[in-house]
Amino acid sequence: MRYLDTVMGIPMSIDIRDAGDHQVAAAEAFATMHQADAIFSPYRPDSELSRLNRAELTLATVGGLFTEVYKLASRFAAVSGGVFALQNPSGEWDLNGIVKGWAAQRAAQRLRDLGVANFCLNAGGDVVVAGNSEPGTAWNVGIRSPESAQQMLAVLALRDMAVATSATYERGEHILDGRTGRPGHGFLSVSVIAADLTTADVLATTVFAMGSEGPRWAAERYDCSILALTEGGAFIDAGDLRRWLVPAGRSLDAAGRVPSLYGN
Amino acid sequence: MLGKWKGTSLFLAIFVVMGATFGLRLYLAADQSAITTSLATAPGTTTATGAAAPPTQSSTTPTTPSAAPSTGSATSGSNAAAAAVTITGATESTRYGNVQVAVSFSGKTITGVSVLQVPNSNNYDQRVAQAVPPILQQEVIASQSTAVNTVSGGTYTSTGYLLSVQSAIDKLP
Repeated sequence: MRYLDTVMGIPMSIDIRDAGDHQVAAAEAFATMHQADAIFSPYRPDSELSRLNRAELTLATVGGLFTEVYKLASRFAAVSGGVFALQNPSGEWDLNGIVKGWAAQRAAQRLRDLGVANFCLNAGGDVVVAGNSEPGTAWNVGIRSPESAQQMLAVLALRDMAVATSATYERGEHILDGRTGRPGHGFLSVSVIAADLTTADVLATTVFAMGSEGPRWAAERYDCSILALTEGGAFIDAGDLRRWLVPAGRSLDAAGRVPSLYGN
Repeated sequence: MLGKWKGTSLFLAIFVVMGATFGLRLYLAADQSAITTSLATAPGTTTATGAAAPPTQSSTTPTTPSAAPSTGSATSGSNAAAAAVTITGATESTRYGNVQVAVSFSGKTITGVSVLQVPNSNNYDQRVAQAVPPILQQEVIASQSTAVNTVSGGTYTSTGYLLSVQSAIDKLP
């Protein structure tokens, strides 16, 4: 069963393949993301982030969840030499680079805690999968092509993993290099596969902002795999990407599809 | 830009309406929705309707938002007096292309939103297939045609979309 909601202005879905009705679990998972939005949204005047920016709060008086995210983000900022930044060029706190991934990861953990074993959570293109899509079968997660939402750059077979993609299509915000305050360049699309979505999301943003040296930088410091598409149209990989690609050599039908995966 | 987000309760009403239109319609009307049906009955089918897919189709489900207070139920005459107008929002440019919507009103009630423009990488050609293919690249390409359960992609540009909706509302007399 597939559950849908809009959080942070972003469409999100939870596809649960466990038997039974899991509407309550899905609602609780969405609630954790709404809670994150209430704390970290730059668009809500009453969010802790907005209040921090107005100096109504300090880092000493923000809540526990804010502190948790702040500490995580600080660590990524330090390891990336400032490419991943906690403040935007005008000096305001801006944790958008980590909040969506962190919130979706937390929602996924909530589902697990509620006993849901087989699910796929998609938070506006950032994905967490758990268990199987059907008994014995991993989740096939497509990485969309910059050209079209219907076309895949690659398809990954994943269990209990997360994928995040940063790309130059559709997104209404720049992906800035925190060192320069200017948009990163070099890639059309960067996808990072990691055990948790917080890491995958931050690294996808950071690698994109960092440019050509990004994939290797990330793979050397974090347990992750990367598939990037350069502006010149070449694939770049780092880590153990091959491990996650759906196996090659399966017989395809005339349309180039794997027949057994098509139910109709 | 932030000013447009702040202090506009009507805007929040639109947000709710859109949530209802896009989310609940898919979710509650699962039996009628071709998309949801295909997802439910053929989980292996290639449907890139994941969150990355922009709502290129117009959604004109009549909605009666309980928000939009003080509408004053302008019934000066018959129901037809609740003038049906469609207002085109400003084109909001994002780094990745333009976003523009048209909003239909009956009086001050929004009855539909049509997407006129969304970013589209028209200049992207078949470079992927032309790149020098090492073995890994061939494996990547070989994986492309596999059916998917979900899609990872850059976040949909809801910001530009909502700003365009907002500008259409601002033009309402």
